[in-house]
Amino acid sequence: MSNHSDSDSPLVRIRDLVYRRGRRVIFDGINMDIPRGKVTAVMGPSGTGKTTLLKLIGGQLRPEQGSIEVDGEEVHRLSTRELYRLRMRMGMLFQSGALLTDISVFDNVAYPLREHTGLPESMIRKLVLLKLEAVGLRGARELMPAELSGGMARRVALARGIALDPMMMMYDEPFTGQDPISMGVLLELIRSLNDAAHMTSIVVSHDVAETAEIADHIYLISDGKVVEEGEVAQIRESENAWTRQFIGGRADGPVPFHYPAAEFGEDLFGEGA
Amino acid sequence: MLNRIAELGAAGLGVLQGLGRGLLLLPAILAGTLAMLARPRLLIRQLYSVGVMTLIIIAVSGTFVGMVLSLQGHYILSQFSAEEALGVMVAASLVRELGPVVTALLFAGRAGSALTAEIGLMKATEQLSGLEMMAVNPIHRVLTPRFWAGFISLPLLAAVFSALGVLGGWFVGVGLLGVDDGAYWTQMTYKIDFQGDILNGVIKSVVFGFVCTWIALYQGYDATPTSEGVGQATTRTVVQSSLVVLGLDFILTALMFGE
Amino acid sequence: MQTNRTMEILVGGFLLIGLVALFFLAMNVSNLSRGVAGEAYRVTARFDNVGSLTERAKVTIAGVRIGRVERIEYDSKTFEAVVTLALDNRYNALPDDTFAKIYTAGLLGEQYVGLEPGGGESNLKEGDEIAFTQSALVLEEMIGQFLFSKAEEKSDDVF
Repeated sequence: MSNHSDSDSPLVRIRDLVYRRGRRVIFDGINMDIPRGKVTAVMGPSGTGKTTLLKLIGGQLRPEQGSIEVDGEEVHRLSTRELYRLRMRMGMLFQSGALLTDISVFDNVAYPLREHTGLPESMIRKLVLLKLEAVGLRGARELMPAELSGGMARRVALARGIALDPMMMMYDEPFTGQDPISMGVLLELIRSLNDAAHMTSIVVSHDVAETAEIADHIYLISDGKVVEEGEVAQIRESENAWTRQFIGGRADGPVPFHYPAAEFGEDLFGEGA
Repeated sequence: MLNRIAELGAAGLGVLQGLGRGLLLLPAILAGTLAMLARPRLLIRQLYSVGVMTLIIIAVSGTFVGMVLSLQGHYILSQFSAEEALGVMVAASLVRELGPVVTALLFAGRAGSALTAEIGLMKATEQLSGLEMMAVNPIHRVLTPRFWAGFISLPLLAAVFSALGVLGGWFVGVGLLGVDDGAYWTQMTYKIDFQGDILNGVIKSVVFGFVCTWIALYQGYDATPTSEGVGQATTRTVVQSSLVVLGLDFILTALMFGE
Repeated sequence: MQTNRTMEILVGGFLLIGLVALFFLAMNVSNLSRGVAGEAYRVTARFDNVGSLTERAKVTIAGVRIGRVERIEYDSKTFEAVVTLALDNRYNALPDDTFAKIYTAGLLGEQYVGLEPGGGESNLKEGDEIAFTQSALVLEEMIGQFLFSKAEEKSDDVF
């Protein structure tokens, strides 16, 4: 593409990112580097703004401070037209799939192609079938989104996400609410698509075991900060108490079991009662 | 005490912010017009769901309102032996007021609420974000065709309402109550002025179409993306549209028909 | 594609019904079918008092509507009201000594302009002024005159 695209530099570079929603600080000056061609997992407890992070990278939200560079282009300095051109090279899999409910599976996958390529219909048909074949749903092309199970909807959305052969794919909580089989299918797909198409993948999740299975690199975030980062093995061996609690799924630790409250006895027998 | 004042202030600021977001949405919607004209199918689809689907309720209501007007009008006019003026009375009430206003109220209830719910649900199911990430502007693709569909449909629906009302009034007045057929129509054509009455009524319905669709789209686009939020937004659409239509109707009537 | 086609037909039908309704309102309900809208010529008439004559009031000849009052202005030099009448082009053979008078429809009805053709040779044209006019009858003035004349009769009796 351009001179930025040398393969050593990270594809996404986040510097001193600050984002607030109302008075709540979601990100408090975080730095991240997402390496090219790898699966990077961003993990953290629910409500730490992992989805928000993807929206910031996609330019759907604007940070208060700091910068986000994707393939050398600073997302929030781009004009609308440039931003749209950049987005054509990004795919995103939403938690709900976000399929358009009033058109069929085939038309959903064809949507970005028809929108951006101007290819003849016969060509589009071939490409759509190819993408649907890749996610194993070529036979479901006539169905409407309402007729799909949650897992199938996500696979269709994945086919749509890769329709334009993007350089990166962002997955927002891809495993939430999936049965073990579709979870396995999705894991397999994310890994194989990443390797076959030389894509870069960002997986946002709080399902530790599954995500760690396919990730090359892990970022742990909590309370608006990056707690720890590194290769999967490194994270597993970590001495950090918080990391151990999160990875091990323990009920008590640095993150207390109890929501902050007054002393129990005081609460029970105190004056407020 | 001070807290109460602060709450009041916060509520006021919230209203102002909402107004501002609504105002900013409008140019964004209009900016998509040219792109939409390149794909007329998008507009046709919305004309179907906004216009055609509302036609039946408008046609039935218009006919019955005309019939009731005729019944009531005949009762009053016959006390002054002025039954000949029935046609004027029915037509003037319909064309000037009831046509545009009742159509707009029904439109807000039928089409406006459906628009809000549809867009709110698209937002809640991340379809709008999905479009955005596919490098498609959701405002241009989703909101613009719906806006024009509402803007075009409402004046036509109001015309259907008034026309069927006049016919319904004719059916009751002439057919059932024995008013002279000639008097019904001639008196009407004498007194109803094309520019003063019909065109002003059309202008009203154009304004209402603009405002009602705008409110419905804004409420859907601005809805909290949960099922509860979409429900509240739908209610707000109907309430706000109705109030704005009635308020604007007063202002427009004062401007048009006042001296 | 069948559903698409049905939809297109229905939308087309909807637009058609709407336009027909508008056309019906314009032609059968309003005065548009009675002409005067475009093809008109204008003449002016000066009145001492127009009473409650309003713009858009009808202009008749022998009881038949042939036009409407387009504008009413006040001439501050002559202290008169200047009324512009828009008359249908079909009736362009009015003698130039036509007489214009403001009538009241019924006892309390609206006021309108009635024309009475004279016997002149040439006809009124666009922009002409009607020379002979009679003002509106104002009820208060009439009563005043009536009382005054009664009073005069009385005083005649005395002397």
